[in-house]
Amino acid sequence: MAEDALFSIFMDGLFINNFLLIQFLGLCSFVGVTKDVKSATGMSGAVVFVMAMASTVSYLLYTYILVPTKMEFLDLISFIVVIAALVQLVEFVVRKQIPSLYRSLGIYLPLITTNCAVLGAVLLNESSGYNFAQSVVFGTSAGLGYTIVMLMMAGIRERSTFVNIPSSIRGLPQAFFIATMLSLAFVNYFWVIPI
Amino acid sequence: MDPLSEFIRGITRDNPTFGLVLGLCPTLAVTTSVENAIGMAAGTAFVLVCSNMLVSSLRKQIPSTVRLPIFIIIIATFVSIVDMIMEAYSPSMYAALGVFIPLIVVNCIIIGRAEAYANKNNVFYSMIDGFGTSTGFLLVLMLIGGIRELLGTGQIVVFGYSLINLSLSYPITTMILPAGAFVTIGALMAIVNYQKAKKLERGE
Repeated sequence: MAEDALFSIFMDGLFINNFLLIQFLGLCSFVGVTKDVKSATGMSGAVVFVMAMASTVSYLLYTYILVPTKMEFLDLISFIVVIAALVQLVEFVVRKQIPSLYRSLGIYLPLITTNCAVLGAVLLNESSGYNFAQSVVFGTSAGLGYTIVMLMMAGIRERSTFVNIPSSIRGLPQAFFIATMLSLAFVNYFWVIPI
Repeated sequence: MDPLSEFIRGITRDNPTFGLVLGLCPTLAVTTSVENAIGMAAGTAFVLVCSNMLVSSLRKQIPSTVRLPIFIIIIATFVSIVDMIMEAYSPSMYAALGVFIPLIVVNCIIIGRAEAYANKNNVFYSMIDGFGTSTGFLLVLMLIGGIRELLGTGQIVVFGYSLINLSLSYPITTMILPAGAFVTIGALMAIVNYQKAKKLERGE
């Protein structure tokens, strides 16, 4: 990736290396939670928040604790603990402060821990060697890219519920065929936006 | 409950991709070639068998309120081992699979089997279940990888040996792109659903 300007990292996370359609991260929630727009919105909001927070905290943890103590080999275990703790924290805060949002998110909130998009963002930050600002920007933009695709997918699936198709294609295969079309469109960002 | 039928169950009824629909991310992301599919399945199999055995041997000691964090720590330990071994002994495969080796931690197949099977059964059966599920995973990955590699490049090359060479003049390169993964798994899933529906009709 060229020259690592913050804007090109932002566009990279948002479109070019879109987490769902290009990198295949977080597909379980992509096919599981996109049956209607409302739950897709709630899930995306929680993921954006956790992803941005996880990128920030794990960068600080890796740079200021693991590297000075020469314990880089513990990166995976410590990142997953950070993410699990963050999700718990978000859950407490949302339950106390915004009970209505907590009820509408339901089971999806604790499930973010095992969403590979969050851990993927943290690991990609580490392997690309991003500095603090770049990590935060990449985490946030990847979350926003996730949101865009989730909302598109949920909208299309909601409207195609009553389409008359063979019963063996209904459900998951149909979702994958829609994803094929969306993915073909996103592949073109490789050429549209040069970085 | 005999060992062989438990093993077969992991390939057919509880197949991780088509039966349980778990672990979709690696299934789609690393299947650009048969070789990558085999590498990914081998790493997952090691973690799955080891974590199933350890979880099952500790199942009476683990308090049920904190079992999920404990499972995740156990799995993360084995994934770190796989990560280091692959980086040391097969760096080209490690580079091709990239971030998906550490991401085995959050592969829902492994934590799913720990929760649904290893937590309730003894060590031997948990090991058999681990082997069965990983064999099912390997077969699915090789099938998807084979279809994508054959249509996308016109040939299948595994560890330097050319298995099939169609020498197409215009291979469908879209199949190697992300879209190819979605259309392949969509079509395979539709076929599986069709077969299931026919079985139901015959009353089996």
